[in-house]
Amino acid sequence: MPPFVEVNNLTKHFPVQKGFLEAMFSGKRDFVRAVDGISFSIKKGETFGLVGESGSGKTTTGRILVRLIEPTSGEIRFDGQPVTRMNAEEAQTFRRRAQIVFQDPAAALNPRMTVGNAIKHALDIHGIGSDIERREEVLRMLKRVGLTPSENFHNKYPHQLSGGQRQRVVIGRAMILKPQFVVADEPVAMVDVSIRAQILDLMVSLKQELGLTYVFITHDLATANYFCDRIAIMYLGKIAEIGLRGEVFKSPKHPYTVALMSAIPVPDPKHKPERLIPRGEIPSPITPPSGCRFHPRCPKAFNRCPNEDPGMTRITSTHEVACHLFDETKAG
Amino acid sequence: MPLLEINSLTVDYPTRVGTVRAVDRVSISVEKGQTLGIVGESGCGKSTLGLAVIRLVPSPGIMTEGSIMIDGTDIMRLSNNEVRELRGKVGFIFQDPMTSLNPVKRIGDHFVEFIRTHEKEVSRQEALEKTGKILESLGILRERTTDYPHQFSGGMRQRVMIGLGLALNPKLLIADEPTTSLDVIVEAQILELMNKLKKDYDLTLILITHNIGIVAEMSDLIAVMYAGRVVEFGPTEQIFENPLHPYTKGLLESAPNILHPERSMHPIPGSPPDLISPPPGCKFHPRCPHAFEPCPLREPFLVMKERRFVACHLYD
Repeated sequence: MPPFVEVNNLTKHFPVQKGFLEAMFSGKRDFVRAVDGISFSIKKGETFGLVGESGSGKTTTGRILVRLIEPTSGEIRFDGQPVTRMNAEEAQTFRRRAQIVFQDPAAALNPRMTVGNAIKHALDIHGIGSDIERREEVLRMLKRVGLTPSENFHNKYPHQLSGGQRQRVVIGRAMILKPQFVVADEPVAMVDVSIRAQILDLMVSLKQELGLTYVFITHDLATANYFCDRIAIMYLGKIAEIGLRGEVFKSPKHPYTVALMSAIPVPDPKHKPERLIPRGEIPSPITPPSGCRFHPRCPKAFNRCPNEDPGMTRITSTHEVACHLFDETKAG
Repeated sequence: MPLLEINSLTVDYPTRVGTVRAVDRVSISVEKGQTLGIVGESGCGKSTLGLAVIRLVPSPGIMTEGSIMIDGTDIMRLSNNEVRELRGKVGFIFQDPMTSLNPVKRIGDHFVEFIRTHEKEVSRQEALEKTGKILESLGILRERTTDYPHQFSGGMRQRVMIGLGLALNPKLLIADEPTTSLDVIVEAQILELMNKLKKDYDLTLILITHNIGIVAEMSDLIAVMYAGRVVEFGPTEQIFENPLHPYTKGLLESAPNILHPERSMHPIPGSPPDLISPPPGCKFHPRCPHAFEPCPLREPFLVMKERRFVACHLYD
């Protein structure tokens, strides 16, 4: 079966705004290489995690996937159809099938629109059902995402809700068109710890009910471990490692993945972790390091690392890593 | 004598729609050299409690009851000048390093102003000299005192904030979510640094956070707060091994745990209460799996149980 979503050599370079004089006198334009040549595919029904620190390109990738921004180059195929070259009518259908849940529910909702209207809006735009049917559909959705009694919530404004309730509204709004593919960008990052698992459990049950395919974007490896089937670890616009959840968590290969895992605080005072914390911070994506982008911070870097960009090396049929340590062992 | 002793502290925020009791009869004590972790969700009062210790509760908040003793001094009775002295003895690291530094002021000038406000006899040159030393101990080159905040990364700005917290050689350092806006790797770097500084500067540390993993790693004692109250207070290892209060248990089980995924991410039903009209009795009872007759009727007292304090009718 062909993959449901297929991403091929995707790049997104944002031009850097310069001052007037600087732009006049320096001919060269600078670009933020937010996403710089990544490829992966997602099976139908899968939950695919894009994990990385800020500046890794995970959010840009997610937004390109639902066509909120255009890629600089590369191709995305959604259910066999190229997403990047759609006409207006195809794009309209695509938007019914692919939705996004944003990180900050307070910013994602219009403060002057009632919760009910926020959810109904998508039905209005796509011209689905009569007025009465739309209202019923919205009430059903409010109930489905746990906002009961739904009649009460229907006329409330976002500021009258708690953070967790707002995120339920955002999820309801994404689900009202019965999409097949949902990109969730840090859906629980702004929600209190005790509520997080409630929201994730709601997303799991909606997935089963609607047969969804998820892309789950997060900086939190522990949440990714809870939620995802397969995970891609991103660093400075590239994929460092990709594999099944068990593979990435039980036998991480890339020194960056190993560092990320060891950095997570574990809620167990008896656990004294052996820390392999890389020095410094993630470099600027305007002038990324040569060769492997992680090499200036990598404890295991050797002569090839600053000179050659490592390609993906296959460890198992599902587990791949972009690191010279592993293509050497393969060559030897 | 404990370095910090808070007794029945209550902080109210009068608002148009009613009074919010952000901190409700909190009693905590910390010995010299210990690290206390204050944990809880947003709105539980943990940040207000931290600010109260340096008499910086934002208006219209008022401390209506209780006492705070630091090193034997009751800070509620201090004059304005004495409060300024107090703020030299107690360092405070704010949550967001992006908004806590003045964007049009050089890094060095932040230090100079801060040091000279509290120690008037120090010259600008001496203050800069001291700043250089502090920055070096935090892993920042001395030359960078002439840089502006935007020239620093997030992790470096947080180091600057920590440096400002240490500038007057405090005995007590309060850090309010010091790593929340940072990435995991930088977070680990900062926590490692704070542990080292704690030894080097002989500090007592109060760490305010929502992250259970961080308190497990850093603190000797934990105070768990819910809706303004301390519901459990005791040694970290015991609380993790055998949490007594149902909220503590819920909080520990809701945290993600990378080593034991099966033991993590169990939600607590419902959501934290609105503090304008909190539920009667124990404020946790509407979400509590063990609630029984007395819970909605009267509030439980904080009682000693198994070498710690807990406020729950199960242990009355």
